Amino acid sequence: MNTTYKKSLAVEGGNFDNAGMASIEIKKILKDLNIHDDILRKTAIAVYESELNIISYARNGRINLIVDDNEISIDVQDEGPGIEDIELAMQPGYSTATEHIRQMGFGAGMGLYNIKSCSDRFEISSTVNVGTHLKIIINRGNNL
Amino acid sequence: MTLGEVVKVLDAKLLVGEDRHLAIEVKTAFSADLMSDVLAFAKSGSLILTGLTTPQVVRTASILDAIALIIVRGKTPPQDTLKLAHELDIPVLSTNYILFETSGRLYANGIVGCVEKIGGINNSKL
Repeated sequence: MNTTYKKSLAVEGGNFDNAGMASIEIKKILKDLNIHDDILRKTAIAVYESELNIISYARNGRINLIVDDNEISIDVQDEGPGIEDIELAMQPGYSTATEHIRQMGFGAGMGLYNIKSCSDRFEISSTVNVGTHLKIIINRGNNL
Repeated sequence: MTLGEVVKVLDAKLLVGEDRHLAIEVKTAFSADLMSDVLAFAKSGSLILTGLTTPQVVRTASILDAIALIIVRGKTPPQDTLKLAHELDIPVLSTNYILFETSGRLYANGIVGCVEKIGGINNSKL
């Protein structure tokens, strides 16, 4: 295969009813591209947690997926409150989630930590009152 | 054991699923009400035991390629949760047993945890 696949999905902040829809769509795409199960799972988790972060905290956002022969790149950009202390936000268990988010089983403070754990390369930048930008790279581990 | 045997052991109701699902072989499970923990620690091809009934539980199961969802403590999930499970082809069982009993009964029948324990949060392998 010598192609690059691209997909961009919009995610609406606060729309909990649809939480996970973008991730499931991306997972289907990756399955169709014959991505290996372990890589597929890591990518799906990273995208799902990213999607939930946009829905939980931002006004809106976008997930950009690029798949090439070597890696899966996920670029997540949102417009929202941003993160004041990134180091603190990365700590497992730290959360600013509302009761509503917690009632759905999320907001345990594992989101960013999970995303980083699933990534081979992970970058985060954020500007308060502007938004947050995640760059997630997952190696495909083969050249299929 | 098969999913069909799981249904019997837990005296469970199959809320979503068909005969073809009951033949699926099950070896591992993960119990939690925190979906973030399920995402962090559960492995593909496992049962997910939980007391949560929101559609997000089904999406989490789908993301992880879970074999089935087992809703504990006799809760009945809302229609939108069941409809989504049907669409995403995730079998849903409901049992009156509490989470501890449900886990124990499955363990006694040979099902083990997806991970035995977490070796310090920073060492957890996904």
